[in-house]
Amino acid sequence: MDKIVDIENLSFFYPDGHQGLKDINLVVYSAENLAVIGPNGAGKSTLLLHLNGILRGNNTIKVFGLPVEEENLKETRRKVGLVFQDPDDQLFSPTVFDDVAFGPINMGYSELQVKQRVAQALKLVGMDGYEQRSPHHLSVGEKKRIAIATVLSLNPELLVLDEPSSNLDPRSKWSLIEVVKRLPMNKIIAAHDLELIRALCQRTIILDGGIIVADGSTTNILNDVTLLRAHGLAPEEKLLKLQADI
Amino acid sequence: MKHSFIDKYSDLDSLIHRLDPRTKFIASLVFIISVVLTPTSNWRAFALHLCLVTSLLIIAKLPPFYVLKRSLVIFPFVLLVAVFIPFLKPGEIAGSYNIWLWQVSVTYAGLLILANVAVKAWLCIFSLILLSATTKLVDLLKGLKQLGIPKVIILILSFMYRYIFVLVDEAMRMRQARDSRSFGGGRLRQLKTLGNMIGTLFIRSYERGESIYAAMLCRGFGDEIRSLRQLGFKRIDASFGVAFGLVIISSAIIFW
Repeated sequence: MDKIVDIENLSFFYPDGHQGLKDINLVVYSAENLAVIGPNGAGKSTLLLHLNGILRGNNTIKVFGLPVEEENLKETRRKVGLVFQDPDDQLFSPTVFDDVAFGPINMGYSELQVKQRVAQALKLVGMDGYEQRSPHHLSVGEKKRIAIATVLSLNPELLVLDEPSSNLDPRSKWSLIEVVKRLPMNKIIAAHDLELIRALCQRTIILDGGIIVADGSTTNILNDVTLLRAHGLAPEEKLLKLQADI
Repeated sequence: MKHSFIDKYSDLDSLIHRLDPRTKFIASLVFIISVVLTPTSNWRAFALHLCLVTSLLIIAKLPPFYVLKRSLVIFPFVLLVAVFIPFLKPGEIAGSYNIWLWQVSVTYAGLLILANVAVKAWLCIFSLILLSATTKLVDLLKGLKQLGIPKVIILILSFMYRYIFVLVDEAMRMRQARDSRSFGGGRLRQLKTLGNMIGTLFIRSYERGESIYAAMLCRGFGDEIRSLRQLGFKRIDASFGVAFGLVIISSAIIFW
């Protein structure tokens, strides 16, 4: 099996000296979609930002065999499509078209290619016809889909999603899951939403305090309530009773 | 939350809407310069300017009420600057008043200048309303870029256009959160809260700026700002440009 991500002994310190990641060792293979779960502040987003070199820790990460280093940044950023949690950060242009075209234009594609890629990316997320809309006037669900389209237009080989279902109502969430599931490339998804993870990922790791504390198949990990409880991902027994009291 | 955009009527269709943004921008600039350079007492030239801009506003199918309402926005600024002129300009006295200890007098020459400033400001704002209401901001920015305005400025303006409403929403949510927790308190305390809110808003915008930059880097943003789509002048731009130029020049020649 091909290694698509290879991380060895990665540690990361924030500018204020606080340690975000401690000795992360992680190999992701091409046959699997990986879920990264963990409580707030566990370092999930920090880990994702290392995958395309926005943040760089003490050690080199390899993505598709390429070390994420200065001279490969452009290539790795094309191959790894990172979608941020807040679509208002991701969508910064006055129109949807400009946003989806931003990546391809930076890659130096011709006008015709850019237009084709934009049309294709919007179609993949079911948002064709939205080209001239202004991102500010879209619903959160629509913004999330467009945010995914902004990286799809670069034909990434790995799609990295940070909390794709946050702020979505169940209907938008499930239609987003459907869209993501149809996409052919590998995915790494950080989330709290266990339903989403069950639907999309075969393998799950739990990150807590910057350390990988569990790694296994999604079914095994999500069924291990004791493990989930220990890391704040499932309610304590006494809290479960609250539901029964109503 | 829905906000009415700066370029609210820009998706109507008319002769003016179809013009190239650069044509409109240059025409507005020429109009403003011509209005500003017209001598004080040349009321006939102003009348011609008014006719010109009004007919263009009519051709552009802009609702008159909207235009009038928007044009009033600048008057506080104009008055703030110009209201003292009638009192300071020497000349024939139009009226004299005693205000407490001071005796102040208004002169005809001063009043004339005040009226003049107001009329000029009004004409200029009309032309700017015409420009901004008939051109999508995106297209206007593209036009400005092709006219050689530095890309950084264009980028700043386009970010402003994208994020001003996000900021307004954020500020509104903060105000609602404050109002639902504030129970009176003195003026000073309220001011202090307001200060904190502005500070928070600043820090949030700063952090948002950092995330946006990271999002740009993720999609291959380098040192250079690239863009697509060049605008093209059409026949209609040439005819409009010539007609507009003729009116402006003739107003200068006939009424000087």
